[in-house]
Amino acid sequence: MENWSYIIWILIIPFLSFLFAALPGTKLKSSVSGLVGIASILSVAILSYITAYSYFFVSGKTDGVFQKIIAFNYVWVRFSEILQIDIGGLLDPISVMMLVVISTISLMVHIYSWSYMHGETGFARYYAFLSLFTFSMLGLVLATNIFQMYIFWELVGVSSFLLIGFYYEKPSAIAASKKAFIVTRFADFGFLLGILLLAYYTNTFDFITLTDTNGALITSPVAATFMGASVLTWAMGLIFIGGAGKSAMFPLHIWLPDAMEGPTPVSALIHAATMVVAGVYLVARMFPVYLMVAPDALEIVAYTGGFTALFAAVIACTQHDIKRILAFSTMSQIGYMMLALGVSGYGGEKGLGYMASMFHLFTHAMFKALLFLGAGSVIHAVHSNLIGDMGNLKKYMPITHITFLIACLAIAGIPPFAGFFSKDEILVAAFEHDKLLFSIAFFVAGLTAFYMFRLYFRVFWGKKQAYHHAPHESPLIMILPLILLAAASCLTGFIPFGKFVSSDGKELLVHTHWNIALPAIGFALTGIFTAMAFYRKETNASKDITNALGAVYKWAYKKFYLDEVYLFVTKNIIFNGISKSIAWFDKNIIDASMDGMALVTNYFSDKIKGAQSGSVQQYTWWYMVGSIGIAVFVLYFLMIR
Amino acid sequence: MDILSLLVIIPILTIIGIVFCQTQKQTRIIAAIGMSIQLLQSLYVVWAYLKERSLGNTAEMVFTRDYTWFETWNIHYAIGIDGISAAMIALTGVVIFTGIFASWNVKDLSKEFFISLILLSMGVFGFFISLDLFTMFLFYEIAVIPMYLLIGIWGSGKKEYSAMKLTLMLMGGSALLLVGLLGIYFHSAPGGGPLTFNILEISKIDIPVNVQLFLFPFTFIGFGVLGALFPFHTWSPDGHASAPTAVSMLHAGVLMKLGGYGCLRIATFLLPDAATELSTIFIFMTGTSVIYGALGAIMQTDLKYINAYSSVSHCGLVLFAVLMLNKTAFNGAVLQMLSHGLMTALFFALIGMIYGRTHTRDVYKMGGLMKILPFLSVCYVIAGLASLGLPGLSGFVAEMTIFVGAFQNESLFHRIFTILAISSIVVTAVYILRVVGLLLLGPVKNKEYLSLKDAEWHEKLTGVVLIIAIAIIGMAPLWLSDMIMDSLEPIMQKLTSIK
Repeated sequence: MENWSYIIWILIIPFLSFLFAALPGTKLKSSVSGLVGIASILSVAILSYITAYSYFFVSGKTDGVFQKIIAFNYVWVRFSEILQIDIGGLLDPISVMMLVVISTISLMVHIYSWSYMHGETGFARYYAFLSLFTFSMLGLVLATNIFQMYIFWELVGVSSFLLIGFYYEKPSAIAASKKAFIVTRFADFGFLLGILLLAYYTNTFDFITLTDTNGALITSPVAATFMGASVLTWAMGLIFIGGAGKSAMFPLHIWLPDAMEGPTPVSALIHAATMVVAGVYLVARMFPVYLMVAPDALEIVAYTGGFTALFAAVIACTQHDIKRILAFSTMSQIGYMMLALGVSGYGGEKGLGYMASMFHLFTHAMFKALLFLGAGSVIHAVHSNLIGDMGNLKKYMPITHITFLIACLAIAGIPPFAGFFSKDEILVAAFEHDKLLFSIAFFVAGLTAFYMFRLYFRVFWGKKQAYHHAPHESPLIMILPLILLAAASCLTGFIPFGKFVSSDGKELLVHTHWNIALPAIGFALTGIFTAMAFYRKETNASKDITNALGAVYKWAYKKFYLDEVYLFVTKNIIFNGISKSIAWFDKNIIDASMDGMALVTNYFSDKIKGAQSGSVQQYTWWYMVGSIGIAVFVLYFLMIR
Repeated sequence: MDILSLLVIIPILTIIGIVFCQTQKQTRIIAAIGMSIQLLQSLYVVWAYLKERSLGNTAEMVFTRDYTWFETWNIHYAIGIDGISAAMIALTGVVIFTGIFASWNVKDLSKEFFISLILLSMGVFGFFISLDLFTMFLFYEIAVIPMYLLIGIWGSGKKEYSAMKLTLMLMGGSALLLVGLLGIYFHSAPGGGPLTFNILEISKIDIPVNVQLFLFPFTFIGFGVLGALFPFHTWSPDGHASAPTAVSMLHAGVLMKLGGYGCLRIATFLLPDAATELSTIFIFMTGTSVIYGALGAIMQTDLKYINAYSSVSHCGLVLFAVLMLNKTAFNGAVLQMLSHGLMTALFFALIGMIYGRTHTRDVYKMGGLMKILPFLSVCYVIAGLASLGLPGLSGFVAEMTIFVGAFQNESLFHRIFTILAISSIVVTAVYILRVVGLLLLGPVKNKEYLSLKDAEWHEKLTGVVLIIAIAIIGMAPLWLSDMIMDSLEPIMQKLTSIK
């Protein structure tokens, strides 16, 4: 057995780096905090690669099956004799894979930001938050139990909040950060209820116990039902709400497009490659439980994923902000991952969807981070987010252009780029499970190619802009991560992913299903060529179509008015309706009745205070009245007797 | 020398010291020295308690002392602590220590101010160490009375009204409480013999159930008023709004905790049958407090009102957890008292510091303070994050313990209210982020504020000490929750014995 206890340093190093950059406040020289941040994440990345190597190639397997290994474990708080929260590190194929993804993308972003954020006033703060995020995200994937995951889940939420609101003097950034936090908080409310319900029936938070496929523990309480579904279905459904919130699944997706207010490298790291896939990771982590006791909930996962994939892709076709287009494409791709998990079975060939989902998560992280960093490079050059302000940039920014093209081809699913392989597996898995979901996935593949190349052609080809300052290629320190990620986008598709990650830890051999792949490629190419026809040169064709679609286009452009609905509910119903009336009720009913009691007391004391006037005549008069009264009373009683 | 009585003696000595001071500077230095010693002493008490336990002392209360005080009625000065009171003592030590530094610049009648403040804290310390109901009640009154003077003289706004309202409502609570306590006293010797006020002795006997049913509402509501139980919470917004900074800190930080502590240690421990039978109606009241306070806070514009309503919500959660009648929930209730005490003290301290600079508490009149007052703003954000339950800060541990505990109660009614209470985590996030957005972020609204100075050393000290305490509970809660959990054993035995 190998000693894995060093894994704890993967958490400690970024946390120390956070404290180092955060505690001195503004006193620290910004370059120092940046260098410390980069150095710490570099060491984390090296540790992660070592871990991945020794886990996958040396000692992770026993009898041909990848084991779940507890690298370290500490009791954090005890709730009762049975329930407690541990903080630990769980190594299994997906957590090790996530370690590699997170540390790689985080490293790229740390390096890239050095130049991108150069000269910003909050440079040290920026690196502090990045370290905090990296720490939380690594803690999330290493979680040994669902409550630890929830803890770090909240922490990534707050780091995301802090980074979206990085430009804290900008009202739109504040609003976006608030929205992101509250929407995901709302989802976490479901998540927490799910955890509590699950723990109530199983008496454990522990992943290994929960997901033990041989255990009778999890299947025993199925009998308890609530409103027609077993309580565990409810629990798993509620947990999925948490995942859906973080992963921006419909209808909890509204925060993600607005989250693009944050600095672009942050969008690449948090809102494209790592944090937003936490929901997928959660479902994958709990996958055996879903499959064994809550297949209905799993069906919901599949359809939510499928619908979101379609919904987001449609909106992406209509947007004009480069980052928002990418945000919607992220939603759409995460929808794919959810869909793949939802259609998957367990073990062997049946577990194809599971493996495909993780594979897509992996490749998507690479090319989507590349897209965002490329977009950042473009924004850096033209100082605008709107694709209307861009055009013909291939002339000015050759390297950004080529790397962006590679990423577009990868996401469109053109071989031999990475996205092709993972998307193909998803399509195959969907095809075997459910034809409706397959057709959605297939259609979205074409749509993806269309909107990505719409973006590509409008930014790098299209009309010749009269730029005030001629845009120029970004500095080397920003280009380097682009090149590395482009290489990853070209090569990662060839990883025999099923050898490492599969639903049951056994090796799963996968091969390209050309009968599905070929039509998919054809459809994607159609999308690309349509986009090329419309946008390679400046034509009116796109405007004509927009006008022809009229209301439908406007609907999609306005994101189907969901934001307005949410705004109405929060502002008019909760704030002005409930909260204001409670404030009124408290002041005018409850408090007023307390004041009323005081008034009544005052009134009576005012009335009876005359009794102590000090006037002897008055006292004598009342004395007489009283004596006569009593006399009459007594006499009356005596007469009765 | 017994180390618990020192907790009462040190404040008295400090007060005597202050009486001989000539200037404001001397006064505050003496107060600071006295309360620093008090802080060290209260931390030492916790340490000594843990050491005593690790040496194998399993007595229900440790460091007990008993002096007869008034023989006819069998009133004793009986003291002793367990893990719960030790934790509360440490909390009080931290809050009074930081409270002194938060009122560093009180100029008017500073001598009288510090005397009242320290007297108040002495009452609180005395309350937590008492094992005798009568002495406990006495200390409780000692803590409440100076409040009237502190708000009425050094307050702001409608201070006379608020002081009167707060005192009358709390006194009303005391009246109910007195009925409850005397009722318990007169039933403390069912088999004849001398009546007793001693909690430990009363807990050994069983008060008849019909008597309990009569006494429980008096006791619970009596303490509950202090813990801002709906609908007896309206003293809190007005009282806090008018109170000077340190008084708000002490009041929300520790005085409201007397309510929760009393509900647990007296109402539930001594009247367990009634607690079980009547829990439904009180769950309704406290559950309403939680969600009502949170929703009420959303649209407030005065910083102190926001915090007062948030306290109603958080303290409601304490009482709510007590009524869940299981060990985990009790543990959560105590943790929540600690957590709320620290973070609300931090909040009120910061609000006082901000008010001292901008002379307004209206959130719409300020904005962009992050740029002008970075230290105070960052502290405010941390307090806010603690309040909305960010892991790593104290609020999370406390709330989660309560929720896990409350969820163990399988009655449907309890479950529904538990879910309602859990939904407050969303509402809390809404009002906290609203304040942070309006107050700290965004462009600077009022150009006059650009010349404001950030925190001075004593303000930094206040903020840092409280944040460290919050972070300690938040990051390493195990020792604390184990310490509390051990001490809950007698209460649990009493509860299970009746079932």
